[in-house]
Amino acid sequence: MSPRRYAARRLALGLVQVLAVVTVVFLLVQALPGDAAVALAGDNPDPRRIEQIRVTMGLDRPPLERFGEWVLGLARGDFGVSLISGRPVVEFLHDGLGPTLVLAALALVLLVPLSVVLGVLAALREGGPVDRVVTTVTVGLHSIPEFALAVVLIAVFGVQLRWLPPTAVGADLLGQPAVLVLPLVVLVARPLCSISRLVRAGMIDALASDHVRHARRLGIGVTRIRFAHALPNALAPAVQQVARTTDWLLGGVIVVEAVFVVPGLGTILVDAVAGRDLPVVQGLAVVFAVTTVVVNLVADLLAFRLAPRSVAIA
Amino acid sequence: MHPLTRRGFLGLTAGLSFAALTGCGTAEPTSAASTPRAGGRLRAAFAGGGAKEVLDPHLANLFVEAARSKALYDKLADLGPDVAAQPRLAEKWEPDATLTRWRITLRRAVFHNGQPVRAEDVLASYARILDPNRAFRAKSSLALIDLANSRAVDERTVEFAVKRPFVEFPNVLAAFGAYIVPAGTEDFTSPVGSGPFRFVSFEPGKSVLLKRNAEYWEGAPHLDELEFVIANEESARANALLGGQVEYAHDLTPTTARSHAAGDRMAIHRAPNSAVQAFAMKLDRPPFDNRDLREAMFLLADRPQLVESVLAGSGQVGNDLFGKGYQHYADDIPQRTRDLDKAKFLIRKAGAEGLTVKLDTSTAAAGMVEAATVFADQVKGSGLTVEVVTGNKDSYWSDTLKNGSLSSFRSGAMPIETHIAQRLLSGSGTNVTKWARPEFDALYDQAVSTVDETRRGEVYREMQRSLHAEGGYLMWGFADWIVGAAPNVGGISTAPANTLDWARFDKVWLG
Repeated sequence: MSPRRYAARRLALGLVQVLAVVTVVFLLVQALPGDAAVALAGDNPDPRRIEQIRVTMGLDRPPLERFGEWVLGLARGDFGVSLISGRPVVEFLHDGLGPTLVLAALALVLLVPLSVVLGVLAALREGGPVDRVVTTVTVGLHSIPEFALAVVLIAVFGVQLRWLPPTAVGADLLGQPAVLVLPLVVLVARPLCSISRLVRAGMIDALASDHVRHARRLGIGVTRIRFAHALPNALAPAVQQVARTTDWLLGGVIVVEAVFVVPGLGTILVDAVAGRDLPVVQGLAVVFAVTTVVVNLVADLLAFRLAPRSVAIA
Repeated sequence: MHPLTRRGFLGLTAGLSFAALTGCGTAEPTSAASTPRAGGRLRAAFAGGGAKEVLDPHLANLFVEAARSKALYDKLADLGPDVAAQPRLAEKWEPDATLTRWRITLRRAVFHNGQPVRAEDVLASYARILDPNRAFRAKSSLALIDLANSRAVDERTVEFAVKRPFVEFPNVLAAFGAYIVPAGTEDFTSPVGSGPFRFVSFEPGKSVLLKRNAEYWEGAPHLDELEFVIANEESARANALLGGQVEYAHDLTPTTARSHAAGDRMAIHRAPNSAVQAFAMKLDRPPFDNRDLREAMFLLADRPQLVESVLAGSGQVGNDLFGKGYQHYADDIPQRTRDLDKAKFLIRKAGAEGLTVKLDTSTAAAGMVEAATVFADQVKGSGLTVEVVTGNKDSYWSDTLKNGSLSSFRSGAMPIETHIAQRLLSGSGTNVTKWARPEFDALYDQAVSTVDETRRGEVYREMQRSLHAEGGYLMWGFADWIVGAAPNVGGISTAPANTLDWARFDKVWLG
């Protein structure tokens, strides 16, 4: 099958997946105890008031009717309005997408070259001191949960030494890039291990493979063999891992957003679920589902380009 | 949903920050914040609600919204440090002899657009809150007003008709969210109020910027600018303060306060008697329909231990009555203490030996789960077993209003009269203990129609005596409200949260 037809089929399937995700999310939020009216009433749960809030929010209508209306609206590109504030859901997505995209893009820009370089270095010096140091450091970083690393970095560099701002509270992320340093370190620390390990393993395999040996026999230069012949094959499995990481980053890493006060998609999701603000939760579900489908498709196509023989497109 | 547990995380941060600070050692000179100084921008960090955040003061629900509303708008009255109503936009109030018509004289105040605050604006604001098709928070408080028969006497005089004799009418004027907006306002994207600060900009879930209102009727604020920023995690608020990113961090935990009290980078401000911590027993169902068993529960609570462990010492013991330190609080009733022997006897007498009671709790308010766990431990050995059940935090208050027989409870400050009206009358909307007694309702009616304050106070005391003896609230403590500020911030009040002086930034300055 040609990559183009493959992509078209995957996208069609993706549409079904997005709809399925949205339906499941709707059912799950319905299954949560309480609704938006109960959540909004909070510690003042006068049943008469809750009933009134329900009416003003339109929650007195059957859930299926509301869901159907929302899906129809979605088909027209209308994400609906927040139950609680009445602001369009698109505004929430727009507000949250900015910080999340900035963090995700910068994290990837740092992560991909760094992990490829580390992986290749380790593979070329397999078993040597460089390999050992790289392995120890990356595995060590991987074993620290994000929040723990974040807390330590904030306590040391933000609060004690005062080298970097401890949080991004109220800041304009691109206007004050210093606030991005600590969150980016935390975001890069863990995936760095998995990706560089994959590159290292792929590189070692590739260097030992028949076609590289053949290239050597043909007398091609070492550098060219390493980077033009071995590396692309080594990268194919890593691309899948980068895709998973991208997906994770675009979902708004909730812990990092909470600790560093970055008002991205993760924070909006937590707030919306706590408030049972169904249209906002649904809107986010669509964004996350679309992201996952697209990112994985791109990764598959990329892996196919890098190593056409090793990746089967079916 | 959250891969880290909040408490574990907070503990870790507090510990680490503390370690970092003690390691630091070199003392910086603290600038004195004793003399007011004009100018500067104060950044205040609050927890927010993202989607929920609105600038419509009638929709205010969260602390950050209450603080912002207070900066932008005024109410006719507000609660003083003793949680009694004091005049604000209303210069004075006078009831007629029947206590059903109240004449309010307005102060000479102007909205930020230059228009005077008129009687018409007051009536329109209240009409908006009372709109039958809406569900504003202040609605139930204002429901007592007969709006159709209320009128504007002149530009600065309103005459309210009240549905029944009600001497505590000023409490209504001070109700949460009962702010005065210019007549006809429906669009709050660029809010116009009469408060000490004017609106500049708003980014939902992130920040609100306000600037000084030089024409404020009570005198212009010291600050030039006030910025509210949102940081949901308590640790983030504390870190932002320590890192110099904000000058005011609202709502810190006792642990944070304890770690930083000795340091010189954060000044801790405590507002005592801000939040009552309690357990609520339901009187309309077994097992707490039995008075002896309720008394046994009162006697099982080791209050000093609860305050020490749950509130980390940042609070005071309670005596099963709401409103310690507030106007009309019955401080002459002797303090209850733990008496295990008597409790055992009462449990046997009630035939409840070997009984297991579920205690519903959740993380809906700070300290509730901890208090439930500590209390369950204190009950051990009494013949009764308390089993702690942690429920969903988002629907907790609504769930525990209906279900179960024993639940954690917490409440912010409000006048004792309001507490009774909302929670302890037969027709109260949030009567979680299901305390419903005609003679108690009659006492309430008597109190709110007694003009003489001393005699009224006596009626309130009588009501509190019966609540203390056989009510359903085991109110074991009053938590301090804890705010952190940069050492150069002056003018922060220690009035209970929810009162006028709490989070009141027009009186605050940067030294």
